[in-house]
Amino acid sequence: MGITVMRINNINYLLKEGFRGIFLHGFMSFAAVCVTVACLLIVGSFSILMYNVNIMVEDLNQTNEILAYVDSELSEAEAKSIGTKINMIDNVLQSDFISREEALEDFIADHQEDEAFSGVEASDLRHRFVVVLEDNSKIKETTAQIEDLPGVVKTHAEYELAEGFSTLQQILHMVSYAIIAVLLVVSLLIISNTVKLAMYDRRDEIAIMKMVGATNGFIRLPFVVEGFTLGMIGAALAFGIEWIMYDALVNKIGSVDTLQLFDFVPFQQLLWPMVAVFVCAGLFVGVVGSWTSIRKFMDV
Amino acid sequence: MIEFTDVVKSYPEGNDALRGVSMQIEDGEFCYLVGPSGSGKSTIIKLITGEIKPTAGAVHVNGYSLERIRKKEIPYLRRTVGVVFQDFRLITNMTVYENVAFAMRVVGAREKEIKDRVPYVLDLVGLAEKHQRHPGELSGGEQQRLAIARALVNNPSTIIADEPTGNLDPAMSLEIMSLLEEINNLGTTLLVVTHAKDLVERFHKRTIVINDGLIVSDGMDGYYGYENQ
Repeated sequence: MGITVMRINNINYLLKEGFRGIFLHGFMSFAAVCVTVACLLIVGSFSILMYNVNIMVEDLNQTNEILAYVDSELSEAEAKSIGTKINMIDNVLQSDFISREEALEDFIADHQEDEAFSGVEASDLRHRFVVVLEDNSKIKETTAQIEDLPGVVKTHAEYELAEGFSTLQQILHMVSYAIIAVLLVVSLLIISNTVKLAMYDRRDEIAIMKMVGATNGFIRLPFVVEGFTLGMIGAALAFGIEWIMYDALVNKIGSVDTLQLFDFVPFQQLLWPMVAVFVCAGLFVGVVGSWTSIRKFMDV
Repeated sequence: MIEFTDVVKSYPEGNDALRGVSMQIEDGEFCYLVGPSGSGKSTIIKLITGEIKPTAGAVHVNGYSLERIRKKEIPYLRRTVGVVFQDFRLITNMTVYENVAFAMRVVGAREKEIKDRVPYVLDLVGLAEKHQRHPGELSGGEQQRLAIARALVNNPSTIIADEPTGNLDPAMSLEIMSLLEEINNLGTTLLVVTHAKDLVERFHKRTIVINDGLIVSDGMDGYYGYENQ
């Protein structure tokens, strides 16, 4: 009478039963693993796609620069010294000094076929800095800070472009979070239903366990072990398939010239976060799925 | 010991299954519970096994007060009451041995206890030779004997047999009743719910007759005691 302490012997039994259940109910186990793999693949693929799109948008955004023109009265050495002050501004990732001579070369290169600019000389231009920011959403504030620096007379930035990219990124974040959340809920529902079917298949066994006096914990644990194992098998398979598919896709894209624009992150770079995501998702759907589904069959 | 004191059980649909039942079955007794369909027999079994609670009155089973038992205690109550059903309720993909061992394992028995106890119980019900067979390979009588072995293996002080011979031919029924009598002789309290009038008459035991939620007869004179009233 009273609560019996769970012995090592019992734990062995519960684990053994959990694993035995997988083979004993082969078809249902197979179905549960297939559903887990399918759901995790969809969620995983979408997450990975969103991650890549996000990085691409970020890279594109990084090409957006601020031009800071230096007072033409200042010597080249004085102008260069402003670079240190620009770099000290928080949001500045890097600044490159471009002398008026270099600026002229660029100007000529850009306008060599335009005779109207043929007489332009270096002294007509100003020394300048090309400033790349860490966060382009703050482009206005940072531009103002640069403009306030002594020696900087004018700045030029494409605000609309920078803000457009920021908005695009925000929308992408929101959409991807929403879609991933919906996919996860749908996956959990499907898996939970699959586990329920498996439980229904074994309702007689559960009824007998209740009848002979098994505690709820004792009845539940083998099913949870089974759910955990199936979830992990599903996660491992989905992870492997995701890796193979992703590598194949990246190689395919890499081999097509017109698609070179898309620069996908190699899977190895995503390895550990992906392992963590798949293991957690597998664990979650396996354990939560079996734990919640069995409750229905416990009231015998 | 099983003790009912003024037990009333009403179901939410409005029907009163028991309308004031009082009875006492002492440890080691062999007792029949008979009555027509819908008379309240199943309700009595469900009350004894803790599946339902009485609406009024008190039910005591092997030291547990069922009217105020906590959910957590029910498994421990059930370990003192073995149940045998008309439809055997065996696990078909387990062998004879595994079916019995399963009942011990799920209450946390040690492997050594299982290895000692299961062959003993299978021998008691006459299935030792068939311990590697599956239920599907056994006759109806053998399947019921296996169900009895499973009910017996955790050494409950009481066994409730719900229509144990309902699916069996007369010869097998006789065999099962003899086995139950033998188990009772070893000290286990037996409550047998049955419709089999001939068996009740043949095994001259205390017979509680229930009709329309009330005990109408309780004595050693079997079914006829009720019918002759």
